[in-house]
Amino acid sequence: MAKTESTFKNMVLSLTLISLVSSACLGFVYELTKKPIELSNLSKKLDAVKQVVPEFTNDPNKEMFRLPTGEGDSLDIYPAKSGDKVTGYAVSTFTSKGFNGKIYLMAGFRLDGSIINISVLEQKETPGLGTKMTEPAFKDQFRDKNPDTFGLKVKKDGGKVDAITAATISSRAFCDAVQKAYNTLKKGGLL
Amino acid sequence: MNQFQNLTKGFLKENPILVLVLGTCPTLATTTSSLNGMGMGIATTFVLAGSNAVIALLSGVIPDKVRIPAFIVIIASFVTIVDLIMQAYVPDLYKTLGIFIPLIVVNCIVLGRAEAFACKNSVTSSLIDGIGMGLGFTMALGILGAFREIVGSGSIFGHKFISGDGILVFILAPGAFMALGYLIALVNRIKKS
Repeated sequence: MAKTESTFKNMVLSLTLISLVSSACLGFVYELTKKPIELSNLSKKLDAVKQVVPEFTNDPNKEMFRLPTGEGDSLDIYPAKSGDKVTGYAVSTFTSKGFNGKIYLMAGFRLDGSIINISVLEQKETPGLGTKMTEPAFKDQFRDKNPDTFGLKVKKDGGKVDAITAATISSRAFCDAVQKAYNTLKKGGLL
Repeated sequence: MNQFQNLTKGFLKENPILVLVLGTCPTLATTTSSLNGMGMGIATTFVLAGSNAVIALLSGVIPDKVRIPAFIVIIASFVTIVDLIMQAYVPDLYKTLGIFIPLIVVNCIVLGRAEAFACKNSVTSSLIDGIGMGLGFTMALGILGAFREIVGSGSIFGHKFISGDGILVFILAPGAFMALGYLIALVNRIKKS
């Protein structure tokens, strides 16, 4: 096939055409994947809520509201109700103190302030080290503890949390996120 | 060169990682476990095969002076498609690979094959070349990932076979360089004999 010559007209024309076709393809794929992406994000949130709060009869996702943390941003709170009575709150919290950027957690609290369970939504910690925060061996130590009496700090910093070996920064970040969730609920007068 | 050789040259003879040593950045970063390595490899294979075929098809139409921007647009489109599809159907893998999926655009293997092979050969040969190179890449990443996972965290494909930790350095960046170095040395030895 004869090569198209590099005249100005040819160059503009070919690049324009290629870009047009590419963007059409992208638009098509975007439309195709939009629904599944939304669904997978939503189901992930809901699964996390289910893990961290006691049984509920309402749809926590519909009754979600936001509370300011007092540090300039706000957190999503998912109330768990059985009947009309609130039984607990799931807080979608985060910290910027992770080893590799932000860590997102879902933390469940009873009305007396004790932690029910914690689930990791998103983290980019070092695989094999910081990622151990997703394992029960680490996060189960928070169960049934009340941040008021249970120092939410690693033992090195004078708290009561057993840090993950070789991942103190990740452990600190985890505590920071949980503390933020607790403080927010407390400030909002929900506990 | 027949099509079979065309396919298999990427496995060992011209393996992009182990022989050409191209695209080492995603290699070192994503091979912390065998699954991550292979996921990255398969995503790259798709991009390589797709972009190679389209570039071979259009090589007669694209004027020489703007070929690089044209190639990049085509490659970027394929990468974005992979990115969206992974986000929709394998969200967990997508989360772990993170920034390295969009970064396939600047992976030198992809543009390298476009320049060195696809724009001079037929669509079929280019497609096969892309698949072969991609599989070679996947293989190298899989082996490296498996090795680092076994030695570093004592598990394979996420299944733990020893309790406790492995040799942690192999999970971290220095271990990636060491493991890749040994693997390349091993391949050189095999190729010599």
